[in-house]
Amino acid sequence: MNQLIISAATEGAAAANPLVPNAWEMGVVLAGFAVLFFIVVKFVVPMFEKTFAERAEAIEGGIAKAEKAQAEASAALEEYKQQLTDARAEANRIREEARAEGAQILAELKEKAAAESARITAQAHVQIESERQAAVVSLRSEVGTLATTLAGRIVGESLSDDERAARVVDRFLAELENQNAGVAK
Amino acid sequence: MHLPAILPWGAADGFSKQMLLVILSVVIIASFFLLAARKQQMVPGKLQFAGEMAYGFVRNSIAKDIIGGKDFMKYVPLLFSLFFFILVNNIYGAIPVLQLPSFSHVGGAYVLAAIVYITWIGIGIKKNGLRYFKLATVPSGVPFYILPIVIPIEIISNFLVRPVTHSLRLFATMLAGHLIVMIAGSGIEYLIMQENILLKGTSVLVLAGAIAMYMLEALIMALQAYVFTLLTAIYIEGALHADSH
Repeated sequence: MNQLIISAATEGAAAANPLVPNAWEMGVVLAGFAVLFFIVVKFVVPMFEKTFAERAEAIEGGIAKAEKAQAEASAALEEYKQQLTDARAEANRIREEARAEGAQILAELKEKAAAESARITAQAHVQIESERQAAVVSLRSEVGTLATTLAGRIVGESLSDDERAARVVDRFLAELENQNAGVAK
Repeated sequence: MHLPAILPWGAADGFSKQMLLVILSVVIIASFFLLAARKQQMVPGKLQFAGEMAYGFVRNSIAKDIIGGKDFMKYVPLLFSLFFFILVNNIYGAIPVLQLPSFSHVGGAYVLAAIVYITWIGIGIKKNGLRYFKLATVPSGVPFYILPIVIPIEIISNFLVRPVTHSLRLFATMLAGHLIVMIAGSGIEYLIMQENILLKGTSVLVLAGAIAMYMLEALIMALQAYVFTLLTAIYIEGALHADSH
């Protein structure tokens, strides 16, 4: 064993300077590395980069999509809130308007009713007055005649007999009534 | 430095285990990420998720954080390929039977560092024209009488030392880790063969140390892949924004 190592050492002493390269080994390393470099440039790096790019795109695309959806949702929410506020304001306005309108209508109706009642009252007053006037006029023209007729009758009969006098008066009144009924007709 | 070849068997020059592992790493990385990226589902399955985590780590934690701006996507394929190419080739060292980090052979590290070196100088010239070399070597805001000292230092550190450290850092950590694990293994074997029972017993201590070193190496394998890619991103960023440095 010892002899083997020593003999190997002495035998190779001249040739085995470790800093002197073997040309064939250099050639093999150069060729091997060139082949590896070619494969890496042509296939390995492009494939990995493509995968990385696709993955980044997928992730970024997903994020962008989510952000867009978020923005849309918040925009819609904002719009709905705005609409709700608008609707509330509108409802308030309408209610206020209706209340004001109702009050106005009520006031108008009250006024109208008051005017109407005043008008009716006034008309009734006028009618009553005119009827009274007519009655007064007709009485004035008829009372004299009636009194004269009645007096004549009474005088024509015996004034001592109370019963008879009463009958005369009754008869006269009945005639008068008939006459009135005829007038009414 | 070269291992005996597999084809033809045992020859000094030929197709070696290291070469086979490099080719295998290309197959592993390409098939894993093609399978993971193929489905392109919005909600990833386990495989796709693992692929996206791995891709997203280089894309966001290295390219986007260091280079930034709108330009970083252009350099993601390079950083991504570098990170996983180095990671898988380093992790080989922690896998029993394979047990060979490809970059413990310096050739591969030189190739990758050269690719990065050409890339960032190309970016610098494309972005700023030949003025880029002035921007990269003459720092602004330095008093003129210090410039004779500063300019040579900048030239040496940026254009000469940088690619060397970039490649040797990876190579040296891998070789050292590989050697430590190998020496520990040989040591255990040697001690266990001893007649003396006490000496035999010490192999247990070496074994414990070897396991600890193995764990440390696994960490360094992942870390060096990250460091190499991170430095690449920093160099590219420096070339892109040379006028503001």
